[in-house]
Amino acid sequence: MNLKETLRYLGYKGNEADDQTMKLAKECWQELEDRVEKRACYREFPLALEEDRLDMGCFQTESQALRKNLKGCCQVVLFAATLGVQADNLIRRYSHVQMSKAVVLQAAAAAMLEDYCDLVNEEIRLEYEKKGMYLRPRFSPGYGDFPLQCQPALIGGLEAGKRIGITLTDSLLMMPSKSVTAVMGVGPARRETGAESREGCGACDKKDCLYRRKTV
Amino acid sequence: MRADILEEISRRKVFCDGGMGSLLQARGLKAGELPETWNLLHPEILREIHGAYLEAGCDIVTTNTFGANRLKYPAGGDFDLDAVIRAAVDNARQAVKEAGRGFVALDLGPTGKLLKPLGDLDFDDAYDIYREVVVTGCEAGADLILVETMSDGYEAKAAILAAKENSSLPVFATMIFDGKGKLLTGGNVESTVALLEGLGVDALGINCGLGPVQMKGILREILAAASVPVIVNPNAGLPRSENGVTVYDIDEDRFAAVMEEIGEMGANVLGGCCGTTPDHIRKLTERCRNQRQVLPGEKNRTVVSSYTHAVVIDRDPVIIGERINPTGKSKFKQALRDHNLEYILQEGVVQQDHGAHVLDVNVGLPEIDEPQMMEEVIKELQSIIDLPLQIDTSDIKAMERALRIYNGKPLINSVNGKKESMEAVFPLVKRYGGVVVALALDEDGIPDTAEGRIAIARKIYDKAAEYGIKAKDILIDGLCLTVSSDSKGALTTLETLRRVRDELGGKTVLGVSNISFGLPQREIINGAFFTMAMASGLNAAIINPNSEVMMKAYYSFRALAGLDGQCGDYIEAYGKVAAVPGSGAASGSRTEGQSSMELGDCIRRGLKERAHEAVKELLGQRDALDIINEEMIPALDYVGKGFERGTVFLPQLLMSAEAARAAFDVIKDKMSERGQSQEKKGVIVLATVKGDIHDIGKNIVKVLLENYSYEVVDLGKDVAPERIVEAAAKRHVPLVGLSALMTTTVPSMEETIKQLRRDAPWVKVMVGGAVLTEEYARTIGADRYCRDAMASVNYAESVMAGDC
Repeated sequence: MNLKETLRYLGYKGNEADDQTMKLAKECWQELEDRVEKRACYREFPLALEEDRLDMGCFQTESQALRKNLKGCCQVVLFAATLGVQADNLIRRYSHVQMSKAVVLQAAAAAMLEDYCDLVNEEIRLEYEKKGMYLRPRFSPGYGDFPLQCQPALIGGLEAGKRIGITLTDSLLMMPSKSVTAVMGVGPARRETGAESREGCGACDKKDCLYRRKTV
Repeated sequence: MRADILEEISRRKVFCDGGMGSLLQARGLKAGELPETWNLLHPEILREIHGAYLEAGCDIVTTNTFGANRLKYPAGGDFDLDAVIRAAVDNARQAVKEAGRGFVALDLGPTGKLLKPLGDLDFDDAYDIYREVVVTGCEAGADLILVETMSDGYEAKAAILAAKENSSLPVFATMIFDGKGKLLTGGNVESTVALLEGLGVDALGINCGLGPVQMKGILREILAAASVPVIVNPNAGLPRSENGVTVYDIDEDRFAAVMEEIGEMGANVLGGCCGTTPDHIRKLTERCRNQRQVLPGEKNRTVVSSYTHAVVIDRDPVIIGERINPTGKSKFKQALRDHNLEYILQEGVVQQDHGAHVLDVNVGLPEIDEPQMMEEVIKELQSIIDLPLQIDTSDIKAMERALRIYNGKPLINSVNGKKESMEAVFPLVKRYGGVVVALALDEDGIPDTAEGRIAIARKIYDKAAEYGIKAKDILIDGLCLTVSSDSKGALTTLETLRRVRDELGGKTVLGVSNISFGLPQREIINGAFFTMAMASGLNAAIINPNSEVMMKAYYSFRALAGLDGQCGDYIEAYGKVAAVPGSGAASGSRTEGQSSMELGDCIRRGLKERAHEAVKELLGQRDALDIINEEMIPALDYVGKGFERGTVFLPQLLMSAEAARAAFDVIKDKMSERGQSQEKKGVIVLATVKGDIHDIGKNIVKVLLENYSYEVVDLGKDVAPERIVEAAAKRHVPLVGLSALMTTTVPSMEETIKQLRRDAPWVKVMVGGAVLTEEYARTIGADRYCRDAMASVNYAESVMAGDC
C-alpha cells in the first residue's frame, strides 16, 4: 500500500494524517486491490525527429517539450495502462454513499495507477536494457506542450480501446478515468542521448500545484 | 438464401473468415489510415481478401465495416459513410458471387466510446449510430448481421436492438472476454449470455482478445449457459512485438489443431480474428469440416442479470428488495415529488447492504411523469448499484422505457392472465428480454382455489409461447392475500406454489408481506409465512431485506434446507452478532454534560455513528435549533478554519461534514415530527460543465454547502450551458457554482458564464477545478475563483449576506 502517495494526492504536503484518515486510506487500498483489474499494453514505433515535427508512426506532433525529452532517441514505446471501470464504479458509488471515502479512493487509485505504471515500465526498461538500449521515463500527452489532441491517434495506434478498454470522451478525457498513456523514448545508451533529464514534477511548470512533490 | 445460415448451422459446422486489418496492412494500409476507406479506394483488394477466405473454406465473410460509423466518418468528412458501407457490402457480395457460395455478414464493431455512466455516449445515441449502419448495410444486401468485439454488454445491447429493429436478418453477437472470463466493463459469461439471449440473438460467442488456447475455459462456461449456437473466433494466438512487428505465439497448424478441439467441445461456428489469415482458415476448415454438429440445446435456467453478474432463480430462494416503492410511504412520495433521486438511491444501497439479490423499482405516483421518472431512476440505480433490477410498473410506457435502457436482463413486474395485460406486456418481454412476474389472476379476478390459479398459470404459459417467450422466463406469482380476511388464504397460496413446481415445472414468486395486512406486529406473521413459502418451493420473494425477522427466516431456511453448505452464510450473518451481547446498554449512562461535549467532538473528529447517538440524547434535553447553532455549527467552523489554515485535510473535512449530516438527519426527523422545518439559507445551482465528466470536486462542494443549510440543485456532470441557465432562472437563484477539470472543457465553462450573464444577469458565478487559477477564472468572466470547497462555502455566505 502506497499510503504516502495517497496522502500527497489528498493535499497533505508531507503532513501526518490522523488515525481516522489512515484507517480509511488502508480500507480504500484494500477495496481497490480486491476489485480493480489492472491492465497495460505497449508497442514499439519508429521515431523520426524531423525539422518541424516529430513523427511516431501513428501520430505526429510539434511539441517542443517532447522533442527535448526524446533527444537522441531512435524509437519510441507507446504505453497505456488503466485500472479499468471498477475504480470509477467504486468512486461513483461512494460519491453517493460516503463522500470522504470517494475522495480517498480517488487518491488511492491515482497512487495505485502510478505504481502500476512504474512496475510495468521497469519490466519494459529491463527488456530494452538486455538489448543494450535505454528507455526514457514516460512522457504523457498534457505534459508541457504535448497536446491532448494526440490522444486519439496514440490510443488508436496501441489499439488500447480493444486491448485494455481505454476510450476518449468528446473532450479527450480518458475513460476509465484512472488511465495513463505515455511516450517513452528508446535510445542507444543512457549518457549518449543527451536528452532533457527533468522528469515527473520537475518537468512541470505549474510551480504552485497543490500536489507538487517537495523534493523538486 | 438468407435465413439459410441458421439452417446450415443446425446441420453442420459453419466457418467464419479471419483477420482483415493485418492483411490490409500487409498490402500497404498505413498506421492511422482508416481501413474502411479501402472499400472505396481499393475494392479489388477487398474482393481478393474475401475471395481468399471463401476459397479457404469459410462460409461467412464479414464486411470491412468494423469502424464504419458516424463517429469515425462524420458528415461532411472526406468519405461518405453511406458509400463506405455500400462498397463494403458490394465487395463481399461480389466475392460470394464469384465463389458461388457463402454469406455476407454486416460487421458492427464497437463505437470506440464508452457509454454513460462509464463514459459520455448516450445509449440512445449509440443505438442511432448502429441503426444508420444497419439500414444502409441491409439495403446493400447483407445476409446477416455480426455484432463483434464488444467489451461492453450495454453497447452490444444498443447494436443488437438496432439490428433487430431495423432489419429482419439473423443477428449474431460475439464478445471480447479476458483470460478470467470477464468483459472489460465487468460482466461475466453468465450475465452476458443472459443479456444476449434475452435480446434474441440467433448465435453468440467470443472473439478477439485471446488465442484459441486461452478461449477454451471461457467456451466451457458459455456452453454451460447458452441455449443458442456458439461462435468462437480467436486471435492467431497471444501477440508479442518483435522489432515492431506483431507475431503470435502459435502457428497456423497449432491454431487449427486447437480449433479442432474447440469444435469437439461443442462450438458450432468457428473462425478467426486478429492475425489469422486464409491459411489459418484453410487448415481450420480441413480439420473441422466433418465434425459432428451438436447444438447447445435449451438450458431451461431462469436467469436475470445486471451489468456485472447474473442471478439464477432456482431452488435457492432469491430476495427481491421491495423498498423502492412509494406505496404507504409519505417520505418516499415526497422524494418523488421533489425529484430527490438521492433518497431513492439510498433505499437501494441499504437494501443491497442488507443482502438483497435483486431490487424492485416502483416509482408510480399519480402526479408525476412516471415513464420519465422510471427511466431516470433506473439509470441512476444502475450507475451505483450492481444488482439486477425488477421493473415494477403498470404503466406500459414506463415499462418500455425502463426495459430499453436497462443494462442487463431484468425482472419485469408484472403481467397477468387478462388478455389485455398479456397483449401489452409480452411483446416487450420478447423484444427486450427479461423474466416476467405473472400474477395468477384474470378477467374473473383471483381464483379462490389453487386449481383455479394453476389454470390461469397454464393459460399464461401458453399465451407467452405464442410470442416465443419460454416458460423459464416466467415466474408465477401465486398471489398472497391477507390472512386476516380469509383464514384459508395462506394455504391456497402455498398449495399454488407447490403445484406450479410439481405439476407445471415452473418457478414462483410472492410479495410475501401482503399476508399480514390488517394485523398487528406484521413482521411476526410475515416471517413465519416466508418460511412456509420457501418450504413449499418459493423461488423468489419480494420482501423487505432490512427486516431482521425476514432475513433470519431466510438464512435459517437455507441452513435447514441444505442450501447453505456448512451453514457458512448463516454463521457469517449471525456469528458475530452473538459475540457482543448488550452492547447498547452502555450508551444510556452518559451524563448530560458529557454528551453535549461529545456531539461537537464527534463532528470535529468525523465520527458518524457516535454523532448520530449523541444528537439523539441531546434532543431529549435541548431545543433542535439550539443544538445546531451552539454545538454543530461551531464544530463545523472549527474544522473549516483548520482546513483553511492547512492543519485539517480534505478527508477529515468531509468526515466531519458526514458526521454533522448524520446528526442533522436526526434533528430533521425530530423537527418534522413536530411539524417544524429548518429554513434553508438559499438555493445554489451546481454543475460540472459540458464535456467534463469528472464530478468529484463538485460533489465535495455540494456536501459542504448542504451542511451549511443551503439547498443545492445538483445538475450533475456534462451539463449543457442551456440547462444551467434554465435551472438558475427557474428558481431565480443568487449563486451558481461551476466545475471543470480539464483545459479542454474550460471553453464550455466560459460559454456557460456568457449565457448566464445574458439570461440570468443577477447570478453570481463561482468556479473551481484542477486547471483553473485566479487569473484564468477572471479571463472567462467568473465572479470568484474558489480554490477549494471551504472557499465556496465562504463565498456563498458572503453572497447570501449581500456582501458581494
